[in-house]
Amino acid sequence: MFELLGITPQALYSQLLVGLINGSFYALLSLGLAVIFGMLNIINFTHGAQYMLGAFLAWIGLTQLGPWLGSPDFSLNYWAALIVVPLLVGALGIVIERTMLRHLYKLDHLYGLLLTFGIALIIEGLFRQWHGSSGKSYDIPEVLRGAINLGFMYLPKYRAWVIVASLTVCFATWFVIERTKLGSYLRAGTENPRLVQAFGINVPLMITLTYGFGVALAGFAGVLAAPIFTVSPQMGADLIIVVFAVVVIGGMGSILGSIVTGLALGLVEGLTKVFYPEASAVVVFVIMSIVLLVRPAGLFGREK
Amino acid sequence: MSAANSNSPAGVEMLRVTGLHAFYGESHILHGLDFVVNRGEVVTLLGRNGAGRTTTLRAMLGLTGKRSGSIMVNGRETIAMPTHDIAHLGIGYCPEERGIFASLTAEENLLLPPQVASGGMSIEEIYTMFPNLQERRASPGMRLSGGEQQMLAIARILRTGAKLLLLDEISEGLAPVIVQTLGRMVRQLKQRGYTIIMVEQNFRFAAPLADRHYVIEHGRIVETVPMNELQGKMDRLHELLGV
Ligand SMILES: Nc1ncnc2c1ncn2[C@@H]1O[C@H](COP(=O)(O)OP(=O)(O)O)[C@@H](O)[C@H]1O
Ligand SMILES: [Mg+2]
Repeated sequence: MFELLGITPQALYSQLLVGLINGSFYALLSLGLAVIFGMLNIINFTHGAQYMLGAFLAWIGLTQLGPWLGSPDFSLNYWAALIVVPLLVGALGIVIERTMLRHLYKLDHLYGLLLTFGIALIIEGLFRQWHGSSGKSYDIPEVLRGAINLGFMYLPKYRAWVIVASLTVCFATWFVIERTKLGSYLRAGTENPRLVQAFGINVPLMITLTYGFGVALAGFAGVLAAPIFTVSPQMGADLIIVVFAVVVIGGMGSILGSIVTGLALGLVEGLTKVFYPEASAVVVFVIMSIVLLVRPAGLFGREK
Repeated sequence: MSAANSNSPAGVEMLRVTGLHAFYGESHILHGLDFVVNRGEVVTLLGRNGAGRTTTLRAMLGLTGKRSGSIMVNGRETIAMPTHDIAHLGIGYCPEERGIFASLTAEENLLLPPQVASGGMSIEEIYTMFPNLQERRASPGMRLSGGEQQMLAIARILRTGAKLLLLDEISEGLAPVIVQTLGRMVRQLKQRGYTIIMVEQNFRFAAPLADRHYVIEHGRIVETVPMNELQGKMDRLHELLGV
């Protein structure tokens, strides 16, 4: 059957794998956007820059930190970066929330969008200034080099790891939000923050931590991405446009929706590359337009 | 001075509101309210729609816009406190719109408000008091009937140990049997020593429950009626409330 269409099974599998990888990133990033939007009512346009920051900080930690500190042998390895970098990116997010975003909650959505867009431009501009637009490469950690033979295809170990790691983080986030007491605060706060605060919960602190967490997810995605995508100042801007389309399709603010839609759209993109490559760059946006016409609140969103 | 002071009965003061002004944006809603509630009392805030009763409760919790004046809870000034700290002085709030969270189950709604003082009711006690809630514990908040939502909105603040309850129009829109149940519940809570401020439209429901009634008009207290003066002031109340 594949032969009839002039497609080899290998091509199909490898594009599905690429789709799954991209889908994992879409899922991680749109999840962060959904969590932030739910609690802050802000569309975080800085998300792409924060993802880039994650990748860059991982690269700096691996290659630059030692020389800076005067001991060239020292470096922050991949595994340490996977923990430290999201914390740093999250901490920077907390500073942004405390000093800037906080003042915009009473105003229209549009102001938050403009501010976060401006911050993204500043962060990306700074990195372009320091490092130029050329990409940096980041070595795959030792244990994840090579591939596993699945019989029908070779699966590069690092790619398998990316899928497992991002799905685990997505699932854990979903679980915490939907199934735990802490998550019930978040869900209730998303619905009616004033009442939650009247019950004695420190909602302003919750908002700050939520933003820090959502942004840390972007930083985590950035570290995961460093060894497979080129680390460059515009890497986030390229990706985030598609992620926004994913969020629109899934429904703003829906946790499960953002995860499922992210993965599914990665796969759809992969399949399009196999069957009709010319459309692969636009297929997500075509789907977005259709969804907006048929279900403006998104596939998983609730009509308000 | 104010009507409230001249009528304040003996007892331990739980709440003293003095010269309370509150705004929503530019609209000036409360114009210098004064009233006092002692520990263990049930008082009502009566008035026509739009008089400012809900705003009074919301202002006590810092949920309005700008406020001024003084709100002493157990001897502590709360006018400048952030909302989440006020609750921890032992206040439980049941809002007029009930505020059941649609995306939480009935039981998650019940468990949501954190403990603000010791001595709250246990889950078992609450389910004994409101058996319906136990049956519906796994249902999403948005699937509950109006009566169940009202029970839940009250039940969840009884769990927290709050001893000062702000109940906004709990009898509104409910079937007579449920209103009777709520009346029994308020009596039971009074016996247990709770202090209760009820905003009510339904005077027949509120009259037999309260130690004192405050009538609000245009954001001011215009009449204070202790229980023992109720008969004599009936005409005045009818006139003020238009019932
Ligand atoms: N969120 C709000 N913004 C502006 N005005 C409000 C708001 N809520 C209530 N009001 C106004 O405040 C006044 C008092 O309302 P409220 O306290 O709800 O009255 P009551 O509970 O006695 O019926 C009304 O005139 C109402 O229109
Ligand atoms: Mg009202």
